[in-house]
This record gives sequence, C-alpha cells and structure tokens, in this order.
Amino acid sequence: MRARVYVTLKPGVHDPAGKAVQGGLVSMGYEEVRGVRIGKFFEMELADDAKDPKARIEEMCRKLLANTVIESFRVELL
Amino acid sequence: MSARVAVVTFPGSNCDADLRHAVALFGMDPVAVWHKETTLPRVDAVLLPGGFSYGDYLRCGAIARFSPVMADVVAFAGRGGPVLGVCNGFQILTECGLVPGVLLRNEGLTFQCRDVNLRVEGRETPFTRDLVGQTLRLPIAHAEGNWFADPETVARVEGEGQVCFRYLGNPNGSLHDIAGVSNTRGNVVGLMPHPERYVEASLGGVDGSGVFRSLAASVGNPPIGANA
Repeated sequence: MRARVYVTLKPGVHDPAGKAVQGGLVSMGYEEVRGVRIGKFFEMELADDAKDPKARIEEMCRKLLANTVIESFRVELL
Repeated sequence: MSARVAVVTFPGSNCDADLRHAVALFGMDPVAVWHKETTLPRVDAVLLPGGFSYGDYLRCGAIARFSPVMADVVAFAGRGGPVLGVCNGFQILTECGLVPGVLLRNEGLTFQCRDVNLRVEGRETPFTRDLVGQTLRLPIAHAEGNWFADPETVARVEGEGQVCFRYLGNPNGSLHDIAGVSNTRGNVVGLMPHPERYVEASLGGVDGSGVFRSLAASVGNPPIGANA
C-alpha cells in the first residue's frame, strides 16, 4: 500500500524561502508569479495489511511529519 | 554539595562541551547525558545544547524531540525542574511544546553569526534571576531563529511575561523581536543566542555569565565569583 502526504504552511505563516524563489522566477522573466509557498511531499510505503492507514498516517503527521503550529497536512492513499 | 546539571548530547550537537564548561565554571557539576538514555540521572537542571541535531532533517529539532531521553526531560520539566534550551536546544523545546511558538528560517535567508544586543525582561526564571532589565551582548549563530506564533499565542506570551530575551536590533525577523521565551510556569526557557560562549573575557565577552550564575543560585549552589 502506498500513501502520499502533503505538508504545507498555514496561511499567514511567513515563508522567506518561498519569497526568494518567487523573486528568482520573476527576475527570470516569469513576471506573472505572484507568490510561491514551499511545502513538503512524502511518499510512503506501507504494509499491505496495515490497519487504519489513513488515521495512522494522520497521527504520524500530527506527531512528526508536520508542526501543526505552522503547517497543515493532507493524506492520500493510493 | 554542588548542584548537578545534565547536558544532553544529541547526534549533531556541537555546543554541549561549551555548556558543560560554563556549568563547571560557575561551580556546578556538569553531567553528560547521551540522548539514547531512557532515564535522566538525578540532576537539578537540564540543558539542551546548540548544534544540528539529526542534521536538522525534516525541521530543526523535530527528530531530537523523539530521542529516548526526551520523555524524561519533559517529565522533569513537568515537575517544575529548570530546563534551558540554547539555539538548537530552543528549537527542540518548541517541537516538544515545552515553550510556545516555532523557529522559522531567518527572514533574510542567511545564516547569522555575530553578536547581538538583548534586553532581559519578563518574569524571573531560574536562568534570569537578577538579570531582568539588563542589556546583554551575546553571540548568535543560526539560520532558523525567526520566532513565530499565531496572534493569540503572541498576545498570551506577551501578557504573561513569558518573553525573557528581546533583541535590540532584530537579526532574523522574529515576531516582536523575541529572542527567548519561557513556558507559563517559568521553569523552561529557550533562547537563540549563546550565553555559554560568553562566560570568560578571553572568549570575547562575559555577558552570558549571569545566566549560569542565576542557575547556580536557583538550584541552591553555594555562590562563587567565577572569573567573570
């Protein structure tokens, strides 16, 4: 079983690195880029008989993969 | 009898020896604790050093927070024991939820390695006794020191006097120029600047001495002058 986890910054949290990437894109001529927010993407391999995979991965997100003070997460099972 | 002060070493810690040196300089007994220990030895305070625990993978301090010894450090803090986190130690404390907020990438994106001026304020803590109101010059060395929290948390931290150290000249974009905060009880403190690096004139300054002198007084160590 495979899963994908997306961890993204909550609205209102500063992202200096995202802003720098946006500046880079604009200076390359992509002037339409109004904003860039950098997040994290995890590909996870689970045992085929894993029980409650969605709930367990959400628990992993709350405990380790995301810092819920500043980040939200989304889990997709494949 | 001298107080015993644990200094935890994680894989990637690099200020642990400096902390043990500072502890000894002010008459306390430093106790080196490897992060794989499952219980803390009997100690009067716990210090978490700076460095790059677990290579700063995922988020600074995120993985160190789950080192075996940390469950006992959290329990020690819960019993009111004095806990100080410096730099990466501060990041670990925020990941544990022992102190509020998080430390984001510096606003200017660059690693900041220089001296800063700080004002000591807020409630008295075991690490800031008799220091409140003073201005200190201490070195910083970090890329993720940009303290951030949601507006309600910022208001609460300010209202409760939990801001212990505030930059005079913000080096990293931290909200309200916050350089260090405590928990609501005041026994757990995290700060980005390095007091342990300025405890002897030959190191470039002595303004970090007060933090260790405060700790010594708080844990009932006989006062000594050290060579500050």
